[in-house]
Amino acid sequence: MNEEWGYEWGLPLAASSYAADIDWLMWLLHAVMIFIFVAWGIFFVYCLFRYRAREGQTAVYHQSGESASFIPDGLVLAFEIWLILAFGIPLWAAIKQQTPPVDESLTVNLIGQQFAWNFQYPGPDGQFGRREASLVTAENAIGLDPDDPASKDDIVTINNLNVPIDKPTILRMTSKDVIHSFQVTNFRNKQDLVPGLETMLWFEPTVAGKYEIGCAQLCGLGHTKMVGNVFVQTQAEFDEWQKQQLAEKTGTADARSVLPATTDSRS
Amino acid sequence: MSTAIAETNTGISNAKLGIWSFLASEIMLFGGLISAYVILRSGSAHMVMPPRSMMGVPLATFNTFALITSSVTMVLALAAIQEGNIEKFKRWILCTIGGGVIFLAVKAYEYQHKWHEGITLSSNLFGSFYYTLTGLHVIHVIGGLGLMTYIFVAGSRGRFTPDSHDRVECAGLYWHFVDLVWVILFPILYLL
Amino acid sequence: MTDAHAHGGAHAHGHGEPQGFIWKYVFSVDHKVIGIQYLITSLLFLLIGFTMMLLMRWQLAVPTPADDFDPEKLGMIRSLLNWIFPESMPFGFMDPVFYNQLGAMHGTIMIFLGVVPLGVAAFGNYVMPLQIGAPDMAFPRLNMMSYWTYLVGGIVIMSSFLADGGAPQSGWTSYAPLSVVAPAGQTYWLIGMVIIITSSLFGAINFIVTTLNMRAKGLTLGRMPVFCWAQLVTAVLLLLAFPVLEAGAILQLLDRVAGTSFYIPKDMIYGATVFPRAGGGSPILWQHLFWFLAHPEVYVLLLPAMGIVAEIIATNTRKPLFGYKELVGSMIVIGILSFVVWAHHMFLSGMRTSLANLFVTTTMTISIPSVAVLTCLLLSLRGGTIRYNTPMLFALAFLPMFGIGGLTGLPLGFAPTDMHLHDTYYVIGHFHYVVAPGSLIALLGGTYYWYPKMFGRKMNETLGKVHFWMTVIPMNFVFFPMLIQGMYGMQRRLATPTDQWHNLPVQGWSMMIGIAAAVLMVGQLPFLFNFVWSLKNGEKVGENPWNATTLEWACPSPPPHGNFAKEPEVFRGPYEYSVPGHKTDYWPQDEAA
Repeated sequence: MNEEWGYEWGLPLAASSYAADIDWLMWLLHAVMIFIFVAWGIFFVYCLFRYRAREGQTAVYHQSGESASFIPDGLVLAFEIWLILAFGIPLWAAIKQQTPPVDESLTVNLIGQQFAWNFQYPGPDGQFGRREASLVTAENAIGLDPDDPASKDDIVTINNLNVPIDKPTILRMTSKDVIHSFQVTNFRNKQDLVPGLETMLWFEPTVAGKYEIGCAQLCGLGHTKMVGNVFVQTQAEFDEWQKQQLAEKTGTADARSVLPATTDSRS
Repeated sequence: MSTAIAETNTGISNAKLGIWSFLASEIMLFGGLISAYVILRSGSAHMVMPPRSMMGVPLATFNTFALITSSVTMVLALAAIQEGNIEKFKRWILCTIGGGVIFLAVKAYEYQHKWHEGITLSSNLFGSFYYTLTGLHVIHVIGGLGLMTYIFVAGSRGRFTPDSHDRVECAGLYWHFVDLVWVILFPILYLL
Repeated sequence: MTDAHAHGGAHAHGHGEPQGFIWKYVFSVDHKVIGIQYLITSLLFLLIGFTMMLLMRWQLAVPTPADDFDPEKLGMIRSLLNWIFPESMPFGFMDPVFYNQLGAMHGTIMIFLGVVPLGVAAFGNYVMPLQIGAPDMAFPRLNMMSYWTYLVGGIVIMSSFLADGGAPQSGWTSYAPLSVVAPAGQTYWLIGMVIIITSSLFGAINFIVTTLNMRAKGLTLGRMPVFCWAQLVTAVLLLLAFPVLEAGAILQLLDRVAGTSFYIPKDMIYGATVFPRAGGGSPILWQHLFWFLAHPEVYVLLLPAMGIVAEIIATNTRKPLFGYKELVGSMIVIGILSFVVWAHHMFLSGMRTSLANLFVTTTMTISIPSVAVLTCLLLSLRGGTIRYNTPMLFALAFLPMFGIGGLTGLPLGFAPTDMHLHDTYYVIGHFHYVVAPGSLIALLGGTYYWYPKMFGRKMNETLGKVHFWMTVIPMNFVFFPMLIQGMYGMQRRLATPTDQWHNLPVQGWSMMIGIAAAVLMVGQLPFLFNFVWSLKNGEKVGENPWNATTLEWACPSPPPHGNFAKEPEVFRGPYEYSVPGHKTDYWPQDEAA
């Protein structure tokens, strides 16, 4: 066995601005769940002992408390409604339906494929180069149009996402082939990448470091191996990294070819 | 073997309740497909509708009337058996079958014509839905014709009487359902 | 109603004529024979599905070789696996193809070939007509066809292992476009599902017509046992939800074999080239059509089990169930609401985000009638005199186990927390708690409870209790750690979770799960032995070994063809136990005043 294989429990390190909200709700829900289970469990065990068949024990035909039995139902319902109105709707809106102001965020395109994450940065000009399906090759995984002036300073990385700390990053995502799902447990968020659609996921990292990207939707044989890394750095480090990427780009293009998918045997 | 109406808890015969249940599941089957069509048609930029002229609306309209007429003749056949008139019953059932056969013949022509014009099963989303929806419907029409043939033969042999003709009613219900599905498919595929 | 024959539906053969073996046992139209056919077949499929999972748990316990791994010195199990599966499990390590195949098949088999046929078709078929005092189902031949269609569908699905490329490997959920480009086995899945859906629809029609139309005189709906109500609601769910999956499956089948693009978007790039299809379809459409069935399906898994628990508790507390009306009403509400919660499986799918709030609300709402059912069953213990026989142990265990399963549904149904938990082991832990320590435990209880009626002998009590403890305890050690792993973020459907370093801190739990799963399998041996041994050696019983009140206990064990010598007449409700002043502590429904 491997020493690294642990018996951790609980939540992993929280590294995004909304992780605390989600974690708080997670603990609240579980506290209520445990309370309900323990309270019922105590009553259950009590009944098992108190009403076990034994000498002199007879069962009661007439029951009472039928309306009282609706009380636990009502309490649970009230709790759930409060949860939805107070937290569910606002939090979902803030994280999934809206983005932080675009001009204060870094926007990165994510194009998923079997079995890699392709990130496209707009570069200093802030414009994304045009992508075209017919231009996709093994070397040009996202089909970037080299003739589009906006694509000159675009940076394309595979599996590695560098982002600045304390600043939102907005991912505009799609997939080339099947459904994938971008997950970073430390950010407490994930979102499916759907071919034919653009989906969105934003996060604002709050702790520097390296976090793993996992795929959270079965996408084929390489699903387990479809991993990446998010490098959360200071703004200065990020700018330096971007400069370096651009300098390298003026040499040969990023030629790391990606794993070809299994042969199409659909009939 | 008689089909004497037994007393059931609901007062509806087993066969009739069974057919209604079956039709409920059929509504969900066609409903699922029709919903898929409606959603993609309204939501997808890529569902390109063929030009109206290619759809052959006049012929399809005639076909719709043929099927509706066959439902009317079915009602008349049921009325005939309720009054015990086997000859009239047989005639109206034959008309019902005839209406169904005309429907199928026209559909066969339509399919062949459209395919020739480039609307195939895989040519685009509309073609895919057109053949799938109408094809499933055609399968149900064929099944219905088989059912009507049985009703005709059994009726000819005196199986149904004014007091006992549950199976005729059930077959009628099925046939009206098949007609109803077409009445929905026709406008959403041809007219709108 | 004058005699038993008046319940409509002709029989294929008259009463009293000697029948050949084939007609009597193989193509029987008797609901009891069909029920037992379903019982044996579904138990076998459960065993097959469980074995597949054991292989997967072996892989997950040690997904990759340790640093000191020596291929020359394989352990006993590893060499055995290497010998049985040389290509799929070299050195006993599973390749991702096999893993994904086993995963998809495990889910499919357990749900569609195992638990549903057991809960609905086996127990529903056998017990429901007896409980309503009917001589058989409304459509006995349709019933027979339902079983054979199920078997054929199951064989088609199992034969996918022999297909080119092997069994389906896109999850039991078969999400497109992965399922469209998958190898041939997926086509077997689709065809097999259409066949199984046909079988279910036959059964659903039969159950609805029988419960509504063929109840004995005096058995009003308000006197019908909870088990029959559960089966009725379940049948309606199957009737209305399955056809939508059938529609979706037809479209997927066409995508796979006829070049259509219902689920294929424009400009899909597969491998390095544009996928040669017209495109324009929507992968999310499949998810809607699939989950429209698959969510009500989970209540199909649950409701018969709840019904069984209700029956066993009533009999073994010797008092009426608490809140009969609330129980039945809650089941009906669960049934209705189950049709409007499906997209809680799709919060993160790319569907319109504003829909999430609607589905969170409906999902939270549906938890209430489930809470109500559990509350009623729990309160049924109060004031009782509890007999702890084997069926009662299983029925009682259902309550806290389903409690855990249901409670863990809350953070999943609540979208913000689902953002973290979706597609993790938390989901697997949740749904297994409701289905395995939940429904399956109840179904095992039902087996012990109705075995005497089916075979005229009781199962051995000691073996039953051993089976009970060796099932309930290991199950908790299998599924609770999954909740822990999922909370930490470990995704599901990973053949080698250790390839991802964020999973390493919770990998240890997989070893515990693997060992517990093996113990759980061993724990089923007493049950298998008991089932077969008791057929000839169990304690013989008469009509009513449990001193119960419902009608299935008012005929011989096992009942003859036609069930009741003369049609029963019902005078009271189904749970008249310990009625004050009555000479015994139970007053059967059909016993005159």
